Amino acid sequence: MTLQIAVASGKGGTGKTTIGVGLASEMAAIKPGVTYIDCDVEEPNGHLFLKPSITEKRAVSVPVPIVDIDLCNACGACGSFCNFKAIVNILDKVLTFPELCHGCGGCSKVCEAQAIREVPRVVGYVETGTALPGNEHGPISFVQGRLEVKELQATHVIRAARKEMPDRGVTIIDAPPGAACAMVAATKGADLVLLVTEPTPFGLNDLEIAVNTIRELGLPAAVVVNRSDIGDERVTRYCEEEGLEILAEIPHDRAVAMAYSRGELITTAVPEFAERIRGMIPRIYELVQG
Amino acid sequence: MKIAVTSSGATEESAIDERFGRAKYFIIHDTESGESHTIDNESNLNLQQGAGIQAAEIVLSEGAGVVLTGHCGPKAFKTLKAAGIEIIIGCSGTVKTMIDSYKQGDLKPVDAPDVDMHW
Repeated sequence: MTLQIAVASGKGGTGKTTIGVGLASEMAAIKPGVTYIDCDVEEPNGHLFLKPSITEKRAVSVPVPIVDIDLCNACGACGSFCNFKAIVNILDKVLTFPELCHGCGGCSKVCEAQAIREVPRVVGYVETGTALPGNEHGPISFVQGRLEVKELQATHVIRAARKEMPDRGVTIIDAPPGAACAMVAATKGADLVLLVTEPTPFGLNDLEIAVNTIRELGLPAAVVVNRSDIGDERVTRYCEEEGLEILAEIPHDRAVAMAYSRGELITTAVPEFAERIRGMIPRIYELVQG
Repeated sequence: MKIAVTSSGATEESAIDERFGRAKYFIIHDTESGESHTIDNESNLNLQQGAGIQAAEIVLSEGAGVVLTGHCGPKAFKTLKAAGIEIIIGCSGTVKTMIDSYKQGDLKPVDAPDVDMHW
């Protein structure tokens, strides 16, 4: 069987990567065949802890328009088609802003003068390799998407990274924070979305937004409350009211922060943390098997 | 000629809004008639991308020949240039004082953007 678990959060910095990497390593320790995909393509950092050897790197590109101004009849159809201002008609000129282009190809289709052709523009990379070989927590198949600096089209890189997902075993997807397009692209089709939050007003506010998004997508979700001994009870109360199961409450632990700051695999460095991650696994299987 | 000024309020007495694409209002001043009208830029304020481009299109559709603002990013600059609209940056104070300075010839257009995108 395949099992796809996306680790997401509304708020950034709640511990998605810590939980995601922990889950990947603990699941791999139980049964081989685990893939970790870092879809937090603006700042992929799972590699800091998994220290993979990257064996392949390929470019991800978006098809962007090039206008042959000699053929253009200045009809304005391309600019009115584009929702993202990637192609704009100013007087009798056509301006393109390739960094805004989502690569839909619509402008070239609506151009009756056939003045627009598309050329690939590299916006990021997908890197693949292996992590933790010969370790009791490995090996793990490692994939990460990396958006180029100053690029905006994260979803293209996320989709390309997700294409590396094998059709067997367990895949852990480290989703980007927030609840916008990038998070939607990363969590799409997941068997379970683990929403990592913290019991603070910010954590709660952003959790609510993430829950609304995940429900809109029709995906099953459960919650991990990280640094559960800071803040207040409102996250717990919200989860009760909404019927969201809390799979783990992980107290703040200086040892975890120290291991994190050194880029250590936290499940190896802090046994109590590993135990809490391991404790979630049976329930995760129950939830996805319905 | 018409002058487009980025403004934080709806009248010429308001302070300049230093941002171009995400300015709160545009005040369009006609130097011939001496009259002004105000355009609410709220629909542009919350655009994730391309606010500068859309703002330049608004200014163009109003028939302005020059923009007075605080700063101008690369995409707005490219669009305004293509439209043949002059760009004057570094404006501060009230909209009215900047219009007066412009009329007196104290302000000079720039030939490059002064801030990066998403400034």
